[in-house]
Amino acid sequence: MKFPLAWHRLWAIVLKEFVQMRRDRITFAMMVGIPVMQLILFGFAINTDPKRLPTVVFDASQSAYSRSFVASLENSGYYDVLTPPDSVADARQAMAIGEVQFIVSIPPDFSRQLVRGEKPVILLEADASDPSATGNAISALNNLNQSALQHDLKGPLAPLGSAPPPFEIRVQRNYNPEGITQYNIVPGLMGTILTMTMIMMTGMAMTRELERGTLENLLAFPVHPLEVMIGKILPYIMVGYIQVTVILVAAYFLFDVPIAGSLILLLACVLVFLAANLTVGMMFSTIAKSQLQAMQMTFFFFLPSMLLSGFMFPFRGMPHWAQVIGEGLPLTHFLRIVRGIMLKGNGWAETWPNVWPLLVFMTVVMLIGFKRYRKTLD
Amino acid sequence: MNGEYAIDVHGLSKSFGHKRVVNGLSLRVEKGEIYGFLGPNGSGKTTSIRMLCGLLTPDEGSGTCLGFDVRTQSAEIKKQVGYMTQRFSFYEDLSIRENLDFVARLYAMPNRRQTVQAGMEELGLADRANQLAGTLSGGWKQRLALAACMLHRPRLLLLDEPTAGVDPKARRDFWDEIHRLAGQGISVLVSTHYMDEAARCHRLAYIAYGNLLASGMPEELVARSGLVSFVVKDDSPALADRLRQLPGVQQVVAMGNLYSVSGRDGALIEDGLASLSDLQFERAETGLEQVFIQLMENVQDAAP
Repeated sequence: MKFPLAWHRLWAIVLKEFVQMRRDRITFAMMVGIPVMQLILFGFAINTDPKRLPTVVFDASQSAYSRSFVASLENSGYYDVLTPPDSVADARQAMAIGEVQFIVSIPPDFSRQLVRGEKPVILLEADASDPSATGNAISALNNLNQSALQHDLKGPLAPLGSAPPPFEIRVQRNYNPEGITQYNIVPGLMGTILTMTMIMMTGMAMTRELERGTLENLLAFPVHPLEVMIGKILPYIMVGYIQVTVILVAAYFLFDVPIAGSLILLLACVLVFLAANLTVGMMFSTIAKSQLQAMQMTFFFFLPSMLLSGFMFPFRGMPHWAQVIGEGLPLTHFLRIVRGIMLKGNGWAETWPNVWPLLVFMTVVMLIGFKRYRKTLD
Repeated sequence: MNGEYAIDVHGLSKSFGHKRVVNGLSLRVEKGEIYGFLGPNGSGKTTSIRMLCGLLTPDEGSGTCLGFDVRTQSAEIKKQVGYMTQRFSFYEDLSIRENLDFVARLYAMPNRRQTVQAGMEELGLADRANQLAGTLSGGWKQRLALAACMLHRPRLLLLDEPTAGVDPKARRDFWDEIHRLAGQGISVLVSTHYMDEAARCHRLAYIAYGNLLASGMPEELVARSGLVSFVVKDDSPALADRLRQLPGVQQVVAMGNLYSVSGRDGALIEDGLASLSDLQFERAETGLEQVFIQLMENVQDAAP
């Protein structure tokens, strides 16, 4: 049998592809530029071993021993001891919002019990909603009770310094006592899935009109740009809610993720998040010249959303500049909202700090998109 | 005077980058008139039409369309103009009825169902109401497009090469429809490459390289060109060159088994043809095609 491939035909097609690639500069730039950008961005930003986590210490003992313990906490590198708020309740509120990762309580008679060899207990409450964020910090505690007071326990107290450890650190994992990863991942997945699908679908919506030539007709109709934009967004909000329902049902029945807070509040926040993502999609579609480009832009937005939002890697593990970028992404705030409501049982007061950034984001993006919408073919 | 003309624009210009696509176009289309817009590819016809319906903003010039300013009142113009794009631009994944329904909703038509149904019946689309637009052949797509741009009862139709790629029968039906609409008082501006269609217009404008070269009624244009034409009943291939070399001959067109010869100086050509032995020829009517080709050639000669 004759070999069916001929070099000249194969070569003709290869050449043609290269010519077309060269014509579509934006696509080519994205193919080359984006990997480089992302390599640098994510290579430096991602760190699975977050350190200097915000910690609040209530030291009722105020003794040399307790101060030594706090100092050793800080020296471990994992704990960043902040000025404590007025009360433990305030600290718990801060933990619910996500501003504080650990609350350490040292009992008033810590030093007395210690000296008597009664093995006092220090309580460390951790925000364990993301087990990977707290895991290393908690394991760093392992030997801390043994080593922290090594220098303080001298002379007659020296025997206390040797095994067994002179005091106990009791870790209480709030929100996710068993450290189940699904509790953190499944609510987070809701955000990533919505980001991906919403931006992509709306991103294609307008470019499809451009690509298929229907835009010229649409522009010739007496229809206001806002009517077009909102009209294209609304159906996808419905699609988004279908996705949310499926994910929530699966989270609850399949993965046993608790829904500690108000479902209504959650669904209301979903609306804001959906709208924020849909405006991004609309903005992309006013810039992109083809559906392919809209798709590329979606991925351009999606990757940092996934990697810098705290979905895959602990947010606090990232350097400051990456956290700033992360704060600008809607997914970051949505993750905090969803995890807050589902795991921590947060109410409106704890949720609002992450809702308004979404609203600001949406407004800005909508303005850009509206400015860029083509009223004419000029 | 806004009441008298459907379109009344003067000095419209438009450039894309450094390229001046339309250069000082002035047009007057009377009410109820079918105005043919002719010109070679890339001559600025589509750009002109887009400026008229508010899809493009003119760089220079001004004027009115249905009494509304083309610069500032494009929203009003859009409501009363039916624009049919050169390329089919309805939704291929929607059926005929769904496409028309969409348009009717955009224009907030009262009695939408009946309007759509009537629109489909008028153009014989009713049998295919549920067929997806993407599966229609060229002629049917163009009917759908016409039905859609007629749905809101516009006072002016802007048709951009509506019959490109459509078979002769469908074209004729289409033009019958246009004449029927014009009879109802609707004004029509239609661009075309077909000379038989040009001949069916009340008035014509010919533009090339963005410039308006001639305008008037078809017979006026023919008379003004001063061309005299002959039909030579011979189809030997060698004859074409010999005919071209005859004094006074400007155009020689081979048409099946005869040649059409034309030029300004009829007597000179007649002498030339007579000098060739055994040639059967007779005078014939000059067509619009010869007129426009002459216009084109004059422009090319004049161009630096």
